Amino acid sequence: MRVALFVTCLADTLFPDVGRATVTLLERLGHEVVFPEDQTCCGQMHVNSGYRQQALPLVRRFVRAFEEAGADAIVCPSGSCAALVRRHYPELAAETGDDAVARSAAALAPRVFELSQFLVDELGVEDVGARYPFRVAYHPTCHSLRLLRVGEAPLRLLRAVAGIELVEIADAQGCCGFGGTFALKNAETSSAMMEDKLAALTAAGAQACTALDSSCLMHLRGGIERQGLPIATPHLAEILASVA
Amino acid sequence: MTRNAEKFPAAARETLRDPVLRTNLRRATQAIRAKRAEVVGEVGDWEALRARGRAVKQRVVAELPELLELLERRVTEQGGTVHWARDAAEANAIVVELVAAEGAEEVVKVKSLTTDEIGLNDALEAAGITPYETDLAELIVQLAGDRPSHILVPAIHHGREQIRELFRRTLPGTEDLTDEPEALAEAARRFLRERFLSARVGISGANFAVAETGTVCVVESEGNGRMCTTIPRVLITVMGIEKLVRSIDDLSIMLQLLPRSSTGERMNPYTSMWTGVTAGDGPEEFHLVLVDAGRSGVAADPVGRQALHCIRCSACLNVCPVYERTGGHAYGHTYPGPIGAIVAPQLEGLRGPVSSLPWASTLCGACGDVCPVKIPIPEVLVHLRSEIVERARRGDVAAGERLAMEAMARVFGGRRRYEAAQRAARAGRAPLERMYGGGGHRPPPGLGGWTASRDLPLPAPESFRDWWRKR
Repeated sequence: MRVALFVTCLADTLFPDVGRATVTLLERLGHEVVFPEDQTCCGQMHVNSGYRQQALPLVRRFVRAFEEAGADAIVCPSGSCAALVRRHYPELAAETGDDAVARSAAALAPRVFELSQFLVDELGVEDVGARYPFRVAYHPTCHSLRLLRVGEAPLRLLRAVAGIELVEIADAQGCCGFGGTFALKNAETSSAMMEDKLAALTAAGAQACTALDSSCLMHLRGGIERQGLPIATPHLAEILASVA
Repeated sequence: MTRNAEKFPAAARETLRDPVLRTNLRRATQAIRAKRAEVVGEVGDWEALRARGRAVKQRVVAELPELLELLERRVTEQGGTVHWARDAAEANAIVVELVAAEGAEEVVKVKSLTTDEIGLNDALEAAGITPYETDLAELIVQLAGDRPSHILVPAIHHGREQIRELFRRTLPGTEDLTDEPEALAEAARRFLRERFLSARVGISGANFAVAETGTVCVVESEGNGRMCTTIPRVLITVMGIEKLVRSIDDLSIMLQLLPRSSTGERMNPYTSMWTGVTAGDGPEEFHLVLVDAGRSGVAADPVGRQALHCIRCSACLNVCPVYERTGGHAYGHTYPGPIGAIVAPQLEGLRGPVSSLPWASTLCGACGDVCPVKIPIPEVLVHLRSEIVERARRGDVAAGERLAMEAMARVFGGRRRYEAAQRAARAGRAPLERMYGGGGHRPPPGLGGWTASRDLPLPAPESFRDWWRKR
């Protein structure tokens, strides 16, 4: 299958290892990966923060960039960015007033997949041949859980990883407190939520906390480093790409 | 009436820094959350029921003027009197006049959010009339001179020991009171019983009113509400205009959805319904005050109007990770939590401190998942954020943020600008790391909130796209 990588601006700039791991994994599974270089940001931060008008040119750019790639599927290592495109691009594109963009967005949106959903629900793959010999907690990020309804897909992939020990954390489905600009605008509430999540990870004895979103992991990582906790924060793609 | 002078982030601080209160809130919300999940899980067709509930309320908001006139006709035909109030002041004036006409110096009240919203108790007191809250938790809040912090459990922030001290201070004959729940309830019961028997006017809100029959419905747990609606000679019901349903069949859908979502019960203990007045049975006079107070304006917004579908169950509060940490007072309004964050700002015309509420959410989506009438709360929050940003000239959103957002949109708007920004960020990596990597030093502008508890992520030495080009 020819897969276009929608890497997200965050992974491109701050967490390139997540993009590399996604490429490594998809190629290992025998797929051709292309990277449309005209992609920048999907506009999620602008849409969710109330700057919808400012997001519309980004929607237009995204649609053009991926339309030209001519891929069978567009795969993204982020639940929240994938959710924005899948669920909201058709209506956002319609707001640009450009019929061609609106039509392209409507055609494109259903072909955009979050990585774990793509692997499990589209490809029917669970064992990707990975090895990761650590005690790992899976944090279901809110948008992957409640907007994309990824359900068990990430856990099925994780259960098939060699050497892994999965641990449950208290209030696992509770938000970590990131929430985009929420982390800045309501920093104290955000931190209170993060601290509860870190306490749950510590109580479970997790050596690593994995998730489908680099943004939530960035927020948890920030707290982990500040508190000096011995917990790694690999993205799911990094665990699945790992064969060490 | 409960309004904050501060915006949410500042108002939240008090609770965030109170570990006892945080623990009480966590325990209470998690307990109700679990009960709700259990009883909702028993209903085989819960999703279908939710869809029907949503449809009922969508129709109500779409047909509001006709249904209100129908309700007025039916109530009037059956001996009641309907009053229309454009705003809180009009509603309060109507009620005060009715109580004064009866010559009553005290009234007994059924738990009612709408009367809290319009500040009725203050208006009554200003007119020399003493209102007695008769819902146990509302009574606690009233005696404490406090304000409610939860839709269903207004005194969720009070512990047993605090309540005992409060009762000993304010209720006669309670010197030997213990903090056993039974003892506390008994003390309140004795105090309230006298009020019920002497009051000539009862005041209630309405959970629902049925337009086709003119029937008003109140659901409750304690039975004190029924005392207020049946014993006094005069009954006054103050109701927001959106609390309608068209038919008794529609009401039956709501009565299946509400208790499971609200208290986590299969059915609430008391459901009172009355239609006008009945000779020799209950109040001799019935007045229904229909309050707009911003609602018709909300109904004009096709996205925002979904907030008017709310049946005040509070399930969204109990699953909200923000509410769980901040409690209700931080929201500074009668309606806290996720539903409050879409109701309160709209009722107040997207102005004032409550215009900070649409951002008091991580958009985690837990609220929308439990809403019994399927209000897509996160989508309405995002819609209101856009509406408020559009009005940013009025000063509700910092200009610095707007400039930053516009600058970022420009950077993301072109590949060259985006890649140049990545290079610039990389060049700044080393000094950034020296300054902020360990969290010390003065935070970069606008990021103080982040670095107070978190280290700053640094740009990677090589972007993904640079790696891609080289491979």
